[in-house]
Amino acid sequence: MAATPWDSPLVASLKSRFGDQITEFSTYVGQNFLVAQPQAAIPILEHLKIEEEFDYLVDITALHHPKREKQFDVVYILYRFPPHNERIRVKTMIGEGEKVATATTVHVAADWLEREVFDMFGIEFEGHPNLKRILLPEEWHGHPLRKDYSILQQDNQWVKENLGIESGQ
Amino acid sequence: MPEATFLDANELVLNMGPQHPSTHGVLRVILKLDGEKVLGCECVIGYLHRGVEKIAEHRTWTQFAPYVDRTDYVAAVSNGLGYCLAVEKLLSVEAPPRAQAVRVALTELNRISSHLLWLGTHALDIGAITPVFYTFREREEALKIFENYCGARLTTHAFRIGGLQYETYDRFEKECLAFCDMFGPKVDEYEELLTNNRIWVARTKGVGILTAEDCKEFGVTGPLIRAAGVEWDLRKVQPYSGYEKYDFQIPAGKNADTYDRYLVRMQEMRQSARIVRQAVETLPEGPIMAKVPKVIKPPVGECYVSIEAPKGELGYYVASDGSTQPYRVRIRPPSFVNLQALDRMCRGSLVADVVAIIGTIDIVLGEVDR
Repeated sequence: MAATPWDSPLVASLKSRFGDQITEFSTYVGQNFLVAQPQAAIPILEHLKIEEEFDYLVDITALHHPKREKQFDVVYILYRFPPHNERIRVKTMIGEGEKVATATTVHVAADWLEREVFDMFGIEFEGHPNLKRILLPEEWHGHPLRKDYSILQQDNQWVKENLGIESGQ
Repeated sequence: MPEATFLDANELVLNMGPQHPSTHGVLRVILKLDGEKVLGCECVIGYLHRGVEKIAEHRTWTQFAPYVDRTDYVAAVSNGLGYCLAVEKLLSVEAPPRAQAVRVALTELNRISSHLLWLGTHALDIGAITPVFYTFREREEALKIFENYCGARLTTHAFRIGGLQYETYDRFEKECLAFCDMFGPKVDEYEELLTNNRIWVARTKGVGILTAEDCKEFGVTGPLIRAAGVEWDLRKVQPYSGYEKYDFQIPAGKNADTYDRYLVRMQEMRQSARIVRQAVETLPEGPIMAKVPKVIKPPVGECYVSIEAPKGELGYYVASDGSTQPYRVRIRPPSFVNLQALDRMCRGSLVADVVAIIGTIDIVLGEVDR
């Protein structure tokens, strides 16, 4: 089963507003998502919040595809409350070292969510007021949810210094 | 005139936790105080981080199911339901009606046991010792049903992708109904202890206000947003697992404070008992597993499925690359997102209220840190 094109009045209005900055509108297993250029992601979130009432940012997460040229997917999940009761996803792709603008300027909730994505994937959000690690210790090296980070890997230096375990394991 | 002394510096930074009984685990809160007034706070989390999402990528879809029980360990059944529904969505299968009804009954029992734990410890934090003994007494009855059903009390792993592993046991319906009969009067008992208790009201009314607008801004869900007057519950707006068949109400508050959240959760427990009764009384016959292959290999794709967990919206964003192992499992934990609003809720309140506010958010650190 492949993703099928998604069409609705919302899609039409987004198309006329953002043109070719949005490269794909699709539906998969009944869930709608759009793929946008990285620089358009935040303007789209803002437009959706102000004009279309998508005022609840459910989640921000990322996926790592090391074999792709643009290695990372950043996914924003949005919801609008009843009577619309609709959930959509905004997806954008970035390469290693590229930055996305922060969503904290639009949604306060993005603060911790972006910090977690930064912690786990090393994706930097430009303009984030406090972009530091959230789950791992601040001095930790490496970003565990990248595919090239082995499941047994850890920051041996950190473990040695802070936990006093000589072997690092 | 004396020189300026340290007394002129009226801002004080106070560290609370991570080893602090009222933080419900290992949460560290750094408070900035002016006398007894809180100017702001910062949470330091991650002490319980176990890399659950990384582990997912190195287990098969089936093998990972027990791990999700360990995120919110007081509501393990809800976690399992969310994960199973997400994988079923990717596979485009649906659990058969009997499995769905048993799922609903167990999930609602779990909501009750999670709320009972919350009520007991929340009251304990505020200084009421008695309720915790009462609530644990009833929680035990709910846990016994889980134990009889699947052998485990907390980390139940009650469901399987596609339905249920076990058929219900002989006395299942009877014990569930007996629990519902017993439970209503017990909630009255808790309410007698607390609802009109002067100390309880003084400690909770007007404390930790988070308005509906703030809730939406912070992505805060569950009893917190309902206490702010938004009648929003995923079981109603995006029903799953057959919730649309049951008759229940969404309790809502209006003052958005700790007291209203208490009232909302008390009502929720009564409603959950109603759902358990309906689910068990109308338990259909039939198979308990949908047709799923022995080796689960969802087609390439991604989806997001969320359920109404006791603490709010619990979501799973799952991605498959067509192999036997998940490509990515993202758990969207309600506790993590709700905790972010702690700073907003604490500002302007007193130090002692911080303890009440942490309690009222109802966090489980296993889920915050994963």
